[in-house]
This record gives sequence, C-alpha cells and structure tokens, in this order.
Amino acid sequence: MREIMIVTRESLINLILAAVLLAVPFAADAFGQPFYVTLATRIAILALAATGLNLALGLGGLVSFGHAAFFGIGGYVAGILAAHAFSGDPLLFGLSGTKQMWVIWIVAVIISGLVGLAIGAISLRTSGVYFIMITLAFAQMVYYFAISWPAYGGEDGLSILVRNQFPGVNTMRPLTFFLICYVVLLLALALFALIRASRFGTALQAARQNEVRVATVGIQPYRIRLTGFAISAAVTGLAGALFADLNRFVSPSMLSWHMSGELIVLIILGGTGRLFGPLAGAALYVIFEYALGGLTERWQFFLGLILLVVVLFARGGLLGLLAGKAKHG
Amino acid sequence: MVEPVLQISNLAKNFGALRATDGVTLDLRPGEIHALIGPNGAGKSTLIHQICGTLRQDSGTIRFAGQDIGSLGVAQRAQLGLGRTFQVSSIAPDFSGLRNVMLAVQAKQGSSFRFFKPVMRDRSLIDTAMAMLERVGLTARARIPAAELSHGERRQLEIAMALALGSKAFLLDEPMAGMGPEGSKSLTRFLDTLRHEAPILLVEHDMDAVFALADRISVLVYGRIIATGTVEEIRRDPTVRTAYLGDHA
Amino acid sequence: MTLALALEQLLNGLQLGVMLFLMAAGLTLIFGVMGLINLAHGSLYMVGAFACATVAAWTGSFWIGLIASLAAAAAAGAVVELAVIRRLYDRDHLDQVLATFALILMFSEGTRWLFGSFPLYLDIPPLLQGAVALPGGTEYPVYRLAIILAGAIVAFGLYLLISRTRLGMRIRAGESDREMIGALGVDIRTLYTVVFALGAALAGLAGAMVGALQSVQVGMGEPVLILAFVVIVIGGIGSIKGALLGALLVGVTDTMGRFLLPKILALFVAPAQAGMIGGAAASMLIYIVMAVILAVKPRGLFPAAHA
Repeated sequence: MREIMIVTRESLINLILAAVLLAVPFAADAFGQPFYVTLATRIAILALAATGLNLALGLGGLVSFGHAAFFGIGGYVAGILAAHAFSGDPLLFGLSGTKQMWVIWIVAVIISGLVGLAIGAISLRTSGVYFIMITLAFAQMVYYFAISWPAYGGEDGLSILVRNQFPGVNTMRPLTFFLICYVVLLLALALFALIRASRFGTALQAARQNEVRVATVGIQPYRIRLTGFAISAAVTGLAGALFADLNRFVSPSMLSWHMSGELIVLIILGGTGRLFGPLAGAALYVIFEYALGGLTERWQFFLGLILLVVVLFARGGLLGLLAGKAKHG
Repeated sequence: MVEPVLQISNLAKNFGALRATDGVTLDLRPGEIHALIGPNGAGKSTLIHQICGTLRQDSGTIRFAGQDIGSLGVAQRAQLGLGRTFQVSSIAPDFSGLRNVMLAVQAKQGSSFRFFKPVMRDRSLIDTAMAMLERVGLTARARIPAAELSHGERRQLEIAMALALGSKAFLLDEPMAGMGPEGSKSLTRFLDTLRHEAPILLVEHDMDAVFALADRISVLVYGRIIATGTVEEIRRDPTVRTAYLGDHA
Repeated sequence: MTLALALEQLLNGLQLGVMLFLMAAGLTLIFGVMGLINLAHGSLYMVGAFACATVAAWTGSFWIGLIASLAAAAAAGAVVELAVIRRLYDRDHLDQVLATFALILMFSEGTRWLFGSFPLYLDIPPLLQGAVALPGGTEYPVYRLAIILAGAIVAFGLYLLISRTRLGMRIRAGESDREMIGALGVDIRTLYTVVFALGAALAGLAGAMVGALQSVQVGMGEPVLILAFVVIVIGGIGSIKGALLGALLVGVTDTMGRFLLPKILALFVAPAQAGMIGGAAASMLIYIVMAVILAVKPRGLFPAAHA
C-alpha cells in the first residue's frame, strides 16, 4: 500500500514538472517574453544532457567526470556540419555539411557514442576514484584539442550563423525550437525508463550494487557498463547538438570540466537515478542561476554554498525531498 | 568410473613466501556432497577464489564439465554452470529477491542486451524466478528488497540464484555461517535434496552439518590436502585428529 | 643550437614536473591517508599565490610572501578540513567530488570578491633574477632553476618526514590500516587535519612559486589540478614515489612534446600544417601516455596497498 502511494506520488510530481515546463514557454510566448522561452529551452537541453549522464551515473553508478566531452562533441558536430553547409566546402570523404537538424542529431549521436565507447573502454578498466579522474582527464584532452586545433575557431569557438532547420517548422521561432527540444527530452526520458526496466537495465543496476554478484551469475559487468556508458555518451552528445543550436555558438567551454561538474550537480540536485531527477535538477539550477544572478554578481559563491548544503545534508535531492526514497522493484 | 564434474589437479598459489595453496588435487563427482574442511587460515578461501576465477593459480589445472577453465574469467566460469554462494551473502541489495533471481534467469538465457522490454512484464523471467524462490521457500518474501531480508533468507536467495543458473555444480562457501540452530537444520535438509540437482563442494565449519551431509570429506591444512575420505575414514584418521579434529571430536 | 634549445626545454619540463609534484604529493597523501578525492586542491594553490602576491606587495619582500603563502594555504586547508572535509570521509566518492566542486565555486568567487577580477603580479625576488649560461650557449633563468631545486628539497623533506618522524609513522599507519591507527591511540581527527593542512601548504607553495612566472588570477589552479590528477593516476593513487615519477614524466613529456612534435612532423608535411597538427597532438600527448599506462597497469605504476 505504502509502496504504491509513493510510486504514484513521484509520478504525479513528474507529471507536474513536465506540464509546468511545457506551460511556461507558452505563457511567456503569449505575453511576449521570449527570454523565458529561452530559459525553458535551456532547462530542457540541460535536462537532456543530464538524462544521458544519469544512465551511467544513476543506473550504472559510474561517476563520469568527463561528460562535457560528449556534450561538446555533440555541439561541435552541429557547428562543423553547419559551417560546412554554409561555406560549401566538402567535409571528409567529399561529404558535404548539412543544416538539417535530424541529420546533425544522428551524426552527433553516432560520433559521441563512438567516442564514449573509446573513452569507456579504457576508463572502465578502472573503478572508483581512478574512474573519476580518468574520465576527467580524457575530457580535458578533448578540450585542449579543441583549443589548439585552429580549423574550427580554436579558443574562440565557432558561430552558427542561422539556426539549423527542421522540416516543416521555423526553428528560429523560440517557441518552436523549445518544442523540438521538449519532445526530444521526453523521448530520452522514455528511453531512460525503458532501459531502466529492461534486462539490460537490470544488469546495469545490479553491476552498480554488486559487481561480483553480476559476474557470478555469468554476466560480464565490463560489457554491460561499456554499453551503458556509450548510450549515455550518445544521449549527452545529442543534447550538445541542441545546445549549440540554442546558442548558435559552440566553444571549448562546452567541453570544460566545469560543464562536467555541472551535469553531475544537476543530477544530484534533482535526485540520483530517478527518471525526472535531471529535469528537476536542471530546472532548479537554471532558476537558481537566474534568480541569484539577478540578486548578486557573486551568485556562483552562493550556488556553491547551496550545493554544499545539499551534498552534506539533503542527499536525496529535490525529488527525494518531495517524493521520498527511490524505489527499485 | 564416472567422470568427475570438477577436477582440480596440483593447484598451487603463493603469496610471497606463503604457500596458500600447495599442490591441491581434488575432485567432485556427480551426485555427491564433497565437504572441504580445515582450520582458519588453511587456505580454503584462496582455493575457492581460484576455482571461481577471482584469483589466478600459479600452476596446476582446473577442469570443469569436461573443459579446462583455469584461464577463464569469473563470468565465463559461471556461464559454464559453476554456481556459487558466498561466505558473506552477495546479492543486489536495492533489488527485490525476485529481481535478484530474475537477473540469474536472464543470465542463464544469455540475453542481457535487451533494452526495451520491461522485465516486470516478462512472464518467462518472472515465472522461472518464482519457481526457484518456491524451491528455497522464499515465495512469501519475493518482493521485499533484498537488503531487508534476514541473514538466512539471503542464503536461500543466493541458492535460488545458483539454481536459476542451472548450475552443474554448486560451490557453497560456509552456508551455515551465522545461522541459528533451526536455520542450520532446515538448510541441511535442503542441501540434502539439492545434491540430486548437482554435486556440491561444501566449505563449512559446522561439523554437525558436514557429518550429516558429506559423502566425502577433504581436510585442508596449511594449503595442503592432508586426507580425503568418507566421514568414517576421516573420523578415524589419526593425522586429521591431531591436525584438526582433536578439539571437535 | 637545437641541442641547447632541447636542454632548455628539458629544464622547463623538469620545472613543470616539480610544480606538479608539489600538487600531486598533497592530493595523493590526502587520498592515501583519508581516502578523499579533493577537487578543491587547485583552490589552495590559488590561495597560496594570492597570499604571496598580496603580502609581497605590502612588505616588498617575496620571501615574506612565500612564508605567508604557506601559512595562508595551510590555514585555509585546516579550516576547510574542520568545516567541511571531515564530514566527507565516510561518504562515497561522488559526494566528495560534489562537495569539493562546490568549494571550488566558493573559493573562486570568494577570491574574485576580495581581490577583484584583475590579475595580480608577483616579481621574481632580486636574488633569483637573471640567467645562467647553459652549455651550448643559451641562457636559462635562475628562478626556474631555483624552483627545480626547491622541489627537490621538498621531495627529500617529504621523504624524511614520512620515513623518519612520528608524524610520518602515523601517516604510514593511516595508509595501511585506518582502524589500527585508532587502536594505537593516535588522535585521528587531529592527524587528518594536519595531513590536509600539509597537503594544502604544498599546494600553496607551488602556487606562490608559479605566481612569479605567470599572473596570479582566479582559476589558475584548475589546469594544474587536472594535470596533477593525471600524475597521480599514472603514479598510482596514494603513492608519493608514484607522484614524483609521474610528475616528472608528465612535466617532461608535455614540454618536450610541444617542442618536438611540430619539429618531427615538419619532416613530413608543410611547416604550417606541422605546427597545427603537432600543437594539437602535443596538447593530447600526456593523456595518451596516461591511457597507454592504464591499459597496461590499470592501477598506475606504483599501486598503493588499498584504493
């Protein structure tokens, strides 16, 4: 009885979160406040990136401190494809660039997934604090590469002059672009929920709880984790492509370790391993940033203070506070 | 002569100057319970680790189900049907007992790379897992988080997982440890029936259980097997009496 | 001529390695004894640099500044340990990462609050200004040589501290068995604070010494911190010896890579392209080295007993 009540309570909160995120931009658009539409879009995209990380961190217990690499790679895929489409210069193997978002998304998912596979293959040979530091180091490698490779702007980054296109709609309209991001987020959340409940998700979560147990039933934890890590990277990469289109700009800052830290923070603020944890966390984070930023120039100091308090005293995050302990079935 | 299910020959493992396993030869035949006893520090755990694959032997061979498994990993050995329980129960604590066993069932089916079908709506998984839980008497507790199960119940859960793997041999590491007298008795009765499923290599300190169950006993002291034989032979063996049983018998 | 240049670069690599060692030694000590991963270690480096620059500006003496940097970083370390870090020892690494990440935000923004956004400058003390001649005809700054020397002295001092003193004995005991050290009657809480402050002081010293080479600004600790992570991952987390060798390896590889790779590539492709590809490849070199080492030895070159 109690179990059922908690489950429905979390679902109810999830539903409210999704509804509010959808309602706010419509209201803002109706009142002629496009800024708030952009804010909501930012929340949706960060939530998408953190949902990707949540697959590795929440389900697999893999504390990746390098997911900015995938976020940034997704961003650069969007930026580079758009730049080539604009200039008309062919890309590799005579392929040309594109302004079609869906093509960009596919390329972003594939490339960030493959890089995730490569980084994961080495990093997952280790565990614990080694894993944290190694993922961080690999992300820095990508970061420094982006800075020192001058072809796509180096340190200055790369502008996307006109936002990429999606068939049948005008992506330059903030509300339209928000809706695209919102739908992609919902699809990613559905993917997360499916994976969590699946055989693969069972093995991934079991590997987090007890690695030896998983091996003893004959499943190799490494393969499960590597697959989970690559999917996680791909989803975060997709978010990066959208983020580039939101700002119409990509720069190495998308690859910086602050970004990696931020993504973890989003999950923790919301509630680790929960379906809507990343969305709750992203909403909280962006609202903090905006509200504190309006009050004081030193908002990062207070953000740090809040984060510290959450880590030390409120470990379940926002959803833990609202909906009680997470259930696993 | 029936071929043994598990055949360990001249196994050796050193930690620096310490000979933790010193030329151990041991086999496990179909249908039997073979107990491995010995004082603390005799090297029982080290031996178990090598059989399961968490430690690699320095020399010697381990054959299981007709093939050399000495260089395989833990997961591969489990796939071949080496079912194991741990000295300290090893389960996924956040999952219910049912989902723990379902993990073993899906591993047995060889299908952990399915991403979309919810396991809780997968009858083939649930029914098989429930059948295993019923066999160990855990049906009523199936949906409780494993972390909340009692010590004895976790043991039962581990055995249910080994059953679900369709193990060709069971390796039980001190299953009686930490059990009350009642629990020990019922587990003894259960193991007595489990041997018909697959032979059991039983590492155990509880001598009542060992004498009640074992077809053969091997005594491990300082990394060496000093005697192997039936319960009676071991009881009578003078070297065993001085080396080990003296304070028990 | 090229040989002399290579020698100069080698010395630069050593100097970088020494700085990295000062950072990595503290990180690895703190991890080895307390099992804590501290992202805010770079902030303590920054604290040392700011303290040195400020006090040197007040007093006109680099040396007083240097002492101030040690004192300020150690004090900041002790305060942080007492207020925050000691609540994290029995938490998982994720919590440690997040809490110390939060500390970075607070340190960085707090420093900007106190000192403003403009960088400070720290002059090299008169005693160490100038250059010495290297074989081959080039000159090398005395100050950089002094840093290498200081690093060597600190490394030797740490070795003595850990192998010869009571504090060192307790640190070693803490690394091998945390329960035992409590049973020995050592006051663990105090020991932990002391170890953390010691690590902080080393980071502060590094920051102060580098402060005279670069500008002193917010965020200066972060690139060094991440390199120090690479160092201790390569060396084996918890191992001081690993930190020393890892630091020298990373310092020299990074510096020589940046120097040599474009030159080597120039033998095969056009100079402009060689510069571009070589530069980008050099920036990734130490991470590739790390990946290769980990592929062979997942726990680093000198794995500690536990970790």
